[in-house]
Amino acid sequence: MSDNIVEIDNLSFGYKNRLLHKGINMVFPRGKVVAIMGGSGSGKTTLLRLIGGQLKPVSGQVKVAGKVVHEQDRSGLQALRRKMGMLFQQGALFTDLSVYENVAFPMREHTDLPESMIRDLVMMKLNAVGLRGARNLKATELSGGMARRVALARAVALDPSIIMYDEPFAGLDPISMAVICNLIRNLNDALGATSIIVTHDVQEVFSIADYVYFVANGVVAAEGSPEDLRKSELPFVHQFVHGEVDGPVPFHYAAPDYRQDILRSRNV
Amino acid sequence: MFSALAGMFGGIGHRIIDRLWRFGSGLRFFAYILIYSGESFRRLHLTIREIYFTGVLSLIIMLVSAFFVGMVLALQGYNTLQRYGSSEAIGVLVALSLVRELGPVVTALLFAGRAGTAITAEIGLMKATEQLSAMEMMAVSPIARVVAPRFWAGVLSMPLLAALFSMVGVLGGYMVAVPLIGVDSGAFWSQMQASVDFKEDILNGIIKSVVFGVACTLIALFEGFDAPPTAEGVSRATTRTVVNSSLAVLGLDFVMTSFMIVA
Ligand SMILES: Nc1ncnc2c1ncn2[C@@H]1O[C@H](COP(=O)(O)OP(=O)(O)OP(=O)(O)O)[C@@H](O)[C@H]1O
Ligand SMILES: [Mg+2]
Repeated sequence: MSDNIVEIDNLSFGYKNRLLHKGINMVFPRGKVVAIMGGSGSGKTTLLRLIGGQLKPVSGQVKVAGKVVHEQDRSGLQALRRKMGMLFQQGALFTDLSVYENVAFPMREHTDLPESMIRDLVMMKLNAVGLRGARNLKATELSGGMARRVALARAVALDPSIIMYDEPFAGLDPISMAVICNLIRNLNDALGATSIIVTHDVQEVFSIADYVYFVANGVVAAEGSPEDLRKSELPFVHQFVHGEVDGPVPFHYAAPDYRQDILRSRNV
Repeated sequence: MFSALAGMFGGIGHRIIDRLWRFGSGLRFFAYILIYSGESFRRLHLTIREIYFTGVLSLIIMLVSAFFVGMVLALQGYNTLQRYGSSEAIGVLVALSLVRELGPVVTALLFAGRAGTAITAEIGLMKATEQLSAMEMMAVSPIARVVAPRFWAGVLSMPLLAALFSMVGVLGGYMVAVPLIGVDSGAFWSQMQASVDFKEDILNGIIKSVVFGVACTLIALFEGFDAPPTAEGVSRATTRTVVNSSLAVLGLDFVMTSFMIVA
């Protein structure tokens, strides 16, 4: 068995007719924290969904633990997903359950643990994200940042071996951000898991990631360890790492020329 | 001119194909629910919880409506029957109308408005906020965990609600006929007892309400599950639930009644 728990080979995918990914290659070695970065709308969330088998590639493949994800039948896919934990971009907490029940949900679904054990585990996970005291709140009574932290606790509830984080730092204050940042690294090392982090926060993720992929225009535009990328002279990487407005990464969704667009709208 | 006409027919054709397509997806959805139903029986508390939300919380509006429907039936019935000098038959009239028709049909219509819309909105919102996706990623099937329990809760609740509806409706009829109008209480009950047949009337009413239960719950669940994950999508789906459920109930009622009366 190879050392890469997730492998993406020449993957292409698009919604409707527009191709979003055009031949992406990535590997995620066991035990590492790997970041995927790229502009808004560059297809990072979509990439995580492809890994999770919620979308089918147009061509190419994603392999998880040596198995091609889109060729799995239902039970094969279920088996793969049990190895994964995913933090959704919007949290996606179950609104009809309390914080406690949200974190307990995967345990109740997939294990026969006695209630006392579930309670201990839930407390442990909630304590790690600093929300043990909020366990009796309803999911709808949380702030955005709190909801995301609860979602993180839920994502790692069953100690998965692949943890995917979609924007774990968005909407967090600097203190929580630092805590969560360390938590991701520590969890990864304690569980011997592999973490995939999708984010925009260059500084945070550079401090914990082992390897970073930059996605732009549907391909991997740059990759390397954070040290390499900091030093990189690629204009694209430079722009991203230093947050410059001008550069090869377009801020705009593909659109006709601005001037033309405005002049045309005058005429209608 | 020609192209406008072609466009019109094209549009109609598209809509028909679209409807058929949705109908097909609805049936496939139904099949999935049946396949995944094991879960909702093995973990009965999930279904019981939903019976509370769909059935118990609909109870008040059902019972109040039933009481009024029964009272109105008695008033209208008395008005007509007394012309033929058979005002004692009012109990029969109220009971048969309720058990055979109004009980199942009005219950189903109220159910679509009260519980059906709630189901559609809830599932649509769960989809819009990625809760269903999250569940899927946790290797938990949303159909088994979310949809199937709600389905069985609806299917079980409907006949019970319809039975209660008929009972309370008869009570409402009694209140108008006996204390208010002065029909003889003994005649009211004994005629009713003599003319309401278990198989012909009550059983057929139960069959109807079970079918309506399947139809209304299925439509509500499907519309929610199929809704575009946006605020507008969910609101439209909720409207469609009421419209489609009502049409389905009335259409199915006609079909079933004609079979039952001929048979
Ligand atoms: N369900 C969908 N149907 C059609 N297009 C979609 C759908 N989901 C996403 N897209 C499109 O795919 C593109 C990539 O979306 P995705 O959510 O993967 O971006 P992202 O990289 O995660 O962006 P962000 O950093 O803003 O979260 C976007 O342009 C979006 O318009
Ligand atoms: Mg995203």
